[in-house]
Amino acid sequence: MSTTNTELCSKESSMMAPTESPIVHLASRGISPVILLVGMYVFFHGHYSPGGGFQGGVLLAAAILLLRLSLGTSLSQPVMPSWITLRLSALGALIFAGIGLLSILLGGNFLDYHYLPMPWLEPAYLRYYGILLVEVGVTITVMTTLVAIYDDLLGC
Amino acid sequence: MKTLQYLLLLTFLGILIVAVTNLPPRGDVTAPVHQHVNPAGTIVAGTYFIQHAYEDARTPNMLTVVLADYRAFDTLGEVIVVFAGGLACFFILNRGRRKP
Repeated sequence: MSTTNTELCSKESSMMAPTESPIVHLASRGISPVILLVGMYVFFHGHYSPGGGFQGGVLLAAAILLLRLSLGTSLSQPVMPSWITLRLSALGALIFAGIGLLSILLGGNFLDYHYLPMPWLEPAYLRYYGILLVEVGVTITVMTTLVAIYDDLLGC
Repeated sequence: MKTLQYLLLLTFLGILIVAVTNLPPRGDVTAPVHQHVNPAGTIVAGTYFIQHAYEDARTPNMLTVVLADYRAFDTLGEVIVVFAGGLACFFILNRGRRKP
């Protein structure tokens, strides 16, 4: 499936043709890492301020979609390849559910972070890092699903 | 195949109807959620979360604790809804476009 994807995406049809303007290219390539950074900040600061997995994931997806829109789909493949998006999306949901199942296997309830195998932490901080791990899964799923929907619309 | 689809739909409809009819009545005063007493002495739903969120998870943002710890199962459902939406877009938008 991956080879057909790259063939599809290397073909620049009229819909996915990037703009020729160097201003747009340079501006989007400069702004996109900043949006990525803000997205990481919003994601990691979800414990202390408004934010968290969903909002951070949407910001990360916005950075990648900006590159997709300005550079075109084929040139923005190195940032996030099209073939990996849906698999990463499934992986994010799997991380979330896997943490829940892990805590079942170690003797707790479903998604009871108290039973995660990190014995050097005290229970309160175990929950703190459990929340963080779960938010990682949420972020990956939201980010890659938005990119995957955009790629599906263009047929990549 | 069509019959199987309709049977599946009817089965899920039956499960939904059974689940909805077995729900507790809305706004039940005797439900455990509504029995918590806040420091001012009045009975308020959800006081437990406000009082214990920081001690339980060392996280100042109460909303994150409720979303990802106390009600994490709900958030798991949301994530799976997002994933299912992406999967449905994949199957609908790529219909007839890609030959395996």
